[in-house]
Amino acid sequence: MSQLVITDLHASVITDAGEREILRGVTLTLDSGRTHAIMGPNGSGKSTLAYVIAGHPKYVVTSGSITLDGADVLAMSVDERAKAGLFLAMQYPVEVPGVSVSNFLRTSVTAVQGEAPKLRTWVKDMKSAMAELQMDPAFAERSVNEGFSGGEKKRHEILQLGLLAPKFAILDETDSGLDVDALRIVSEGVNRYREATDGGVLLITHYTRILRYIHPDVVHVFVGGRIVETGGPELADVLEAEGYDRYVTASA
Amino acid sequence: MTSPTAELAPPLDLAPRVRSLDPADFSLPTGREEEWRFTPSDAFTQFMEIVPGAGYVTATGPALVVPIGEISSTWLPIDRPSAVSRAHVSHAVVLDIPADHESTEPIHLRLFATAAVSYEHLEIRFGRFCKATVVIEQPVDAAICGAIVVTVGDGAQATIVNVADSERTQETMLAWHADLGRDSVFHGTQVSLGGSRLRILPSVAYRGPGGNAQLLGVFLADDGQFMEHRLLVEHDQPHCTSNVVYKGAISGDKSHTVWVGDVLVRREAIGIDTYEINRNLLLTDGARADSVPNLELETGDIASAGHASATGRFDDDQLFYLQARGIDEETARQLVVRGFFADIVSRIPDIEWQADIMGRIGTRLGVPAEIAGIDD
Repeated sequence: MSQLVITDLHASVITDAGEREILRGVTLTLDSGRTHAIMGPNGSGKSTLAYVIAGHPKYVVTSGSITLDGADVLAMSVDERAKAGLFLAMQYPVEVPGVSVSNFLRTSVTAVQGEAPKLRTWVKDMKSAMAELQMDPAFAERSVNEGFSGGEKKRHEILQLGLLAPKFAILDETDSGLDVDALRIVSEGVNRYREATDGGVLLITHYTRILRYIHPDVVHVFVGGRIVETGGPELADVLEAEGYDRYVTASA
Repeated sequence: MTSPTAELAPPLDLAPRVRSLDPADFSLPTGREEEWRFTPSDAFTQFMEIVPGAGYVTATGPALVVPIGEISSTWLPIDRPSAVSRAHVSHAVVLDIPADHESTEPIHLRLFATAAVSYEHLEIRFGRFCKATVVIEQPVDAAICGAIVVTVGDGAQATIVNVADSERTQETMLAWHADLGRDSVFHGTQVSLGGSRLRILPSVAYRGPGGNAQLLGVFLADDGQFMEHRLLVEHDQPHCTSNVVYKGAISGDKSHTVWVGDVLVRREAIGIDTYEINRNLLLTDGARADSVPNLELETGDIASAGHASATGRFDDDQLFYLQARGIDEETARQLVVRGFFADIVSRIPDIEWQADIMGRIGTRLGVPAEIAGIDD
């Protein structure tokens, strides 16, 4: 049983024009086995929250805290956070030319688990994980994300989620740009991760569509850099029907 | 640049002004000459005059190799060091690949030096319609100055990989020239890793139409190394192809690389297709990369001509992505650099040599063995 606790988190983006505050006091507690959806309009700062948890150097935390089972996440480097059990499935996965998927995955799993997986079981595990996501085995020899379609990139993110089996997964708009079939495959991958590891999921999304496949326990409405309302799954239905207008107007 | 007519500027005449067997025909470099302007003034001075007691380069290899063979090429040196070497050597290391010969295994040519400063003259002849790969390992424990002269027969498919990975105190200066027969394909890959200072001058000429030259190179300079690669492709035959791709990674204070790619398209070279690119990755502050692509067209009646050069720093988003997967920053950097070179190394038509070269690059970058060997 693990716990990710975010308390009154303020963070700014560093740009050429200076710092601009984006997160304005985010407070959230996520337990193992639970799925929280964070829903909000474009520009609300929900992706920034994901990047700040993962430790992207573009953002600076000005106040507040993030702890994982009591350990100070903000004091950790990016790779230490991953080793501690945090995983960010990125909205725009980065291409790394010349680094094969199989080399990347094995290096990553070795780093996170602290020892290299046994070669024989590793190849089998990777192949079956790819098959579950309906990925062609030839993907293993391609360069990381290079020339991948949008759907292929997202499947590759979820493949890593399954192999790294983190304590907490932050899914940053994993549903964006996916057609219905790809959305279903990706969602099934997330659900398998939840069942296999009892991990916690922070599901960041603009649309309610993915919530038909990944059922949240809690839904947060994220506007203006903070959570403005929290409810059960039924809150998503309200957002589906009414949109974010009510909140945006209230926060403006 | 995509439009050939855009480059119809006054001719620069990129061809060497002097080609001669006599060192005296080349004046000592002052540093003001175009071909010496990037080179440190104290570099390669030992190659400017014949060194008393200098040795020569010899070889071990398969039966096809003649370690002390006859010089038969008519190639003329293009600068003072190559002329000094040529004037000194009385014989060549000769590798004659017979016509129609097809070798599945690469021919491995290991070169040795007989003295601390040694002159090299290597002649490799690919017979008509043969298909072969030659991997040359340059001597590691001597200063080397000389030339590799390659003749590719009509219709042959020839590959040469030249590995310069000497001790870090040694200077290397090599001209390597390939003469391409009709409809032949030549892949010449330069791998520059070792040495204190290194100057490599690859050049290509065509004897008939339809020749295809792929000049590839990887170089990795650190800890104050100086590496200079100057290429010359001279198109004077119709319907030939040339493609030049050199990639370098430079790190460490005072490390310096120079890449100059000269492509010269003569009036009679109609229908040719040429492209050249140099990409450099600066890994640290203080590292310097000079990159100069030159394209001189005397005719616009060609299929395509282009050149490009890009020198950049590390991509922080790539680092973040790898680190977000638990990979520490140092390993992430090494993965990205290895990946940067992989597309060139993967074109070497032999898996074991690909692994060997990648392993050397990995060793230089300090990559743990379990990562370096994972692609095998």
